[in-house]
Formats: sequence, C-alpha cells, structure tokens
Amino acid sequence: MTKISSVEELRAFQQQQQLLRKQTLQENVMIYIGAGTCGLAAGAAETLEQIELELRKRNITAQITTVGCIGMCVREPLVDIQLPHQPRITYGNVKPEMVARIIDEHIIGGKPVLEWVVGVVPQDW
Amino acid sequence: MESPVQPQPNPLTIPSYTDLPFYRKQVRIALRNCGIINPERIEEYIERGGYLALAKAVTEMTPDEVIGVMKDSKLRGRGGAGFVTGIKWEFARRSPAKPKYVICNADEGDPGAFMDRSILEGDPHSVIEGMAIAAYAIGSEEGYIYCRAEYPLAIAHLKIAIQQAREFGFLGKNIFGTNFSFDLYIKEGAGAFVCGEETALMASIEGRRGEPRPRPPFPAVSGLWNKPSNVNNVKSYAMTPQIILNGAEWFASIGTESSPGTAIFALTGKINHTGLIEVPMGTTLREIIYDIGGGIPGGKQFKAVQTGGPLGGCLPAEALDTPVDFDSLVQAGATMGSGGMIVVDEDTCMVEFAKYFLTFASAESCGKCVPCRIGGRRLLEVLTRIGNGEGKPEDLDEIEYISRNMKEASLCALGQLTPGPVMASLRFFRSEYEAHIYDKKCPAKVCRGLITYKVIEENCTGCMVCKRNCPAGAISGEKRQVHYIDPNICERCGICIEVCKFDAIMIE
Repeated sequence: MTKISSVEELRAFQQQQQLLRKQTLQENVMIYIGAGTCGLAAGAAETLEQIELELRKRNITAQITTVGCIGMCVREPLVDIQLPHQPRITYGNVKPEMVARIIDEHIIGGKPVLEWVVGVVPQDW
Repeated sequence: MESPVQPQPNPLTIPSYTDLPFYRKQVRIALRNCGIINPERIEEYIERGGYLALAKAVTEMTPDEVIGVMKDSKLRGRGGAGFVTGIKWEFARRSPAKPKYVICNADEGDPGAFMDRSILEGDPHSVIEGMAIAAYAIGSEEGYIYCRAEYPLAIAHLKIAIQQAREFGFLGKNIFGTNFSFDLYIKEGAGAFVCGEETALMASIEGRRGEPRPRPPFPAVSGLWNKPSNVNNVKSYAMTPQIILNGAEWFASIGTESSPGTAIFALTGKINHTGLIEVPMGTTLREIIYDIGGGIPGGKQFKAVQTGGPLGGCLPAEALDTPVDFDSLVQAGATMGSGGMIVVDEDTCMVEFAKYFLTFASAESCGKCVPCRIGGRRLLEVLTRIGNGEGKPEDLDEIEYISRNMKEASLCALGQLTPGPVMASLRFFRSEYEAHIYDKKCPAKVCRGLITYKVIEENCTGCMVCKRNCPAGAISGEKRQVHYIDPNICERCGICIEVCKFDAIMIE
C-alpha cells in the first residue's frame, strides 16, 4: 500500500472501497460473527469452527468476517447472514449445533430460521 | 379454509434493530462501527468515513480551530470526571514546554465495566484517529495508549491498527502531506487499579511505580516526563472524529445542555439484557434499566443501581427517573464514572454490596497516602463487623467520620472516592444497616453471620437429598423423618435450598 498523502487520495480510496464492498455484497454470501471478548467468552470460536466445517461439507463458499461487540452481549454468539441483495440478518445465541440448520434453511433455502432471529441490521448502520 | 401452502416467512417482516427495545433509544456515536466492521481491516474503517476527520483537521483547520470545535461541542471527558475536553486541550496547547504527549487512558479497571475494551476491540482506528487529532491540536508528535494487559484482544487489535495506520501514512511523518507528524505506542499496564488515575498512569509509563502525585501541576503543564501531556479516555477520543466531521453544533444538539452527546454504559447485574449501550445524555435510569435493559429477571424487584463503578454510588428505586448526565447523577448521590452500570435486585444485601466495592477499592489502594491506605482498611473492618452481626450503634457514625476524612484528605480520586459506595448505600438504605446492627438481621438474607437455615417441618419428606448434598455435614435425620440443620456446623452455603424439591428449607 502506498501512503495516502492528501484528502483527495483518501476520498478516492474510500470510494474505491465502497464500490468494492457493493460488489462483494452482490456476489457473495456474507457471514459476520461477533468475536469480541464477550462473543468469544460465549463460544464464538466454536461456532465459527462449526460454520467453516458445515460450509465445507456443503461446498459453499462464503465470506466470513469477524466483528467486535455490537452491544447485545446477552445474545452472543451473534451471527449475521447476508445473502446477495438481502438484508443482514442477525441470529442470537448461536451454538455449534444450530449452525447446520441455519446454513440449510437460510443460505441454501433462502428462508431465515425465524425462531432464532434477533433482527435486521439497519442499512444505514 | 386454510391455504394448503404454508405462507413463506418474508425476511422483511423481521424487525430492524432500530425497532428492538434494546436499540430503539440508542444513539451510536462512539460505538458506530462496533460489531459492524472487521476491526482488523483499516479498509473497512476508511470505507465508513474513517480518517476523513483527521484529514479535515490537519489540512483545512488550524490547531486552534480544532480546539474551538471541541470546546463548542462541550464534550466532557468520558473517563468520569467530566472536564471539558476542549479546555483541557487548550491548556496543553498553551503550555510552552516541548515535546508534548497525547495519552489514551485505556486502563479500564472497574468490575463489570467493558466499554473501553469493546471500543478498542471493535473499532481501534476511531481511537487512533481521535488521538492524532488531539496531537495536531495541542502540538504533539508522540502518543501512548495505556491499556491493561488483561485486555489481550484489545491490544492485539490496536497493534494491527497502528501498523496499518502507519502503512497508510495516518501515523508517522508528514501526515496528509503536511508538516504534522505523529506516532503512537502501546504501554501495557500490569493491572493496578490506581493506574487509571492519570498521574499514576504516567508514572507507570515512565517505568516507575504506579503511584499518584498531588495535582497541580496538572498533566497539561507537567505530565509525562514532566512535559505537557493530554490524557483522555478511550470514549472521548473515539467520539472526537465524529465531532470534527459533523461539527460542534451537531454534537451539542444531542444529550443535555450541560452534558452534550451520548453516554456509554456496560449494563450488567440483575438485568435481562446485559450489554453495551450508548444513549443520549439525559436518558433516565428507568428507560435504561426497563426499556433498554428489559427489566429485572425472574420477576424480582429492582433494588438499586450502581453507577460509577467501585468509586461511584448506588441509587434506589425512588431515583429511577434521574436523567443520566454528569451533574444529575452527582446531585442524586451517585457519579457518572466511566460507564459501569450494575443493577441489583431484592436478593442483594446493600451492606454486603457496599462491602464488595470497598474490598476492591481498599485492596487497590497504592498505599502512598495514609487516609486511603488506613481509612479504607478501617472502613472495611467496620463493614465486616456489621455484616457478621457484631455491629455497634456507634458504627454508623464511625463510617461517616472515616468517609469524610478519606474524602477530604486522600491524595487522589481513588482514596477520595473509595467511601462513595458505602456512603451512598448508607444514605439510601440506612434501615438495612440498622437492621444488621440493632436487630441482628440481614433483611435480604445474605450476610452469613446473621442468617440461619431451618427445615420447615411440614414440608420435609425426609428424602435425605439435603443431607447427602450438605458439604459441611450439618444435616441430620433418618429416612422419611424430618431433618435437622445444626446451625453451629452449617456454613450457610445454600446448597440444601437448591437441592430440596419440596421447598422445605428456609432462611431466617
């Protein structure tokens, strides 16, 4: 990475990143997992491992992103799923044994597992 | 007739976060990126407008203009004391000596507090950007983040973020092609609570014992290595870029007149929605505890809420309509502090609760000044005595006498505020103290010296479960006969109550 040495360069880089992100969201299954200390203490590492395993089993590629604490510590581990052109939907208290069903019904079937859903991350967040 | 086809759930029927009670009243400024972006990628921070504030400050504004915006925003230090950040920066700028240092206090040590940790873990670049803006404003080229070693993930994310910021040229020489240069280092604290006090913190960075010294001189005049230094909390720095970007008026329009902006709380204890929240200043305790926090679990009664951590104070149910801001909380008898908020229900003994914080604070006394070192210990002895049922009528006066002296004579905030939780609980729950002393009763049935476990004879079936589970061997009785708990052997651990299926054990 070459250094950014002016406001114009920073703005250009920001726009490039926004474009890249838009593209990524259009083309990929996105999975976000809360992996701050609160998430990890609630078992986020085990859940993440299970997500990776179940995806491999089904030959699905997804972009997995670890994020920090969004505030709902009581619902950790929090896992968000975002399909192309769909909102970012959050699941709460996701234990490893819940992962297969979320992948089958939501990622493959396109229908969120409503009983485990917490909410939709607002677009302007 | 019912449709043979099951209606498909429409993802759009799922509520947005902003419709959830937990988030409805929240306004996220310092937490805006937390949980949204990958904190290990600077690209995601930039994508959401990161480092634009720093660019604006160093290329379009003079340092005095930056300070002017901060002063106009009336941001008050989120570490707890609530001093106006812009004025603090101005003092540091006006100090003639060089070099100057920018320091971030990330020594969050309050039990039950995790605001700073969450920001450092979830959005480290916001703190780095805020510090760089402060450095530009006061004329500093070197900064330190003092973060406790118990936060390994926060430190790991900070290290990655600092490295990335250097690669992009947001830290280092000639930032944004200007002659402003600034670099940043992490100092890991070894866990002494007093190192959250700014003079002790700076002593620790210098490699000396983490002990406070009298102020003045204030750090802005003589701080780290006796040079002008600006110390702010993680949250204050994290809010800074947003203030520079959106303007002082925007920030001042949120919250209250005297405490603008948002307050961040780690909501813990007997509360349904444990979590990290950011609300406009002026939101009431009731809104936080019942609307956002979802109330008390298990249908129990709210008893008190502790704000300001182990150096703060508790407030009773009557104070639930207190708006949360720096001045109102102090007026009500507690403090804002750094943002810990611990809720307790009817099962908590307020003497025991105060003793818990006092045990913490007195153990963390650095020992340098007598009022804190001896006063804390004496106070703890009195509370221990009361909890054991050995309290004397004159003990309440004794508490007030020691507290007053600690408050007035201690060297730093640790000693001055150590009696806070005791004083607050005595003020609002005096009858509980009196019950311990005069009636030898603990109304919440917690203090082991004042309670007795008894078998309710009508309910006891003689199933022997309690007898088998009692670790002290205090329970006797034959099969299908009423059992008996020997109070002289009983340890008051409560296991018998937990295992009894017939509600046949009570506490007196």
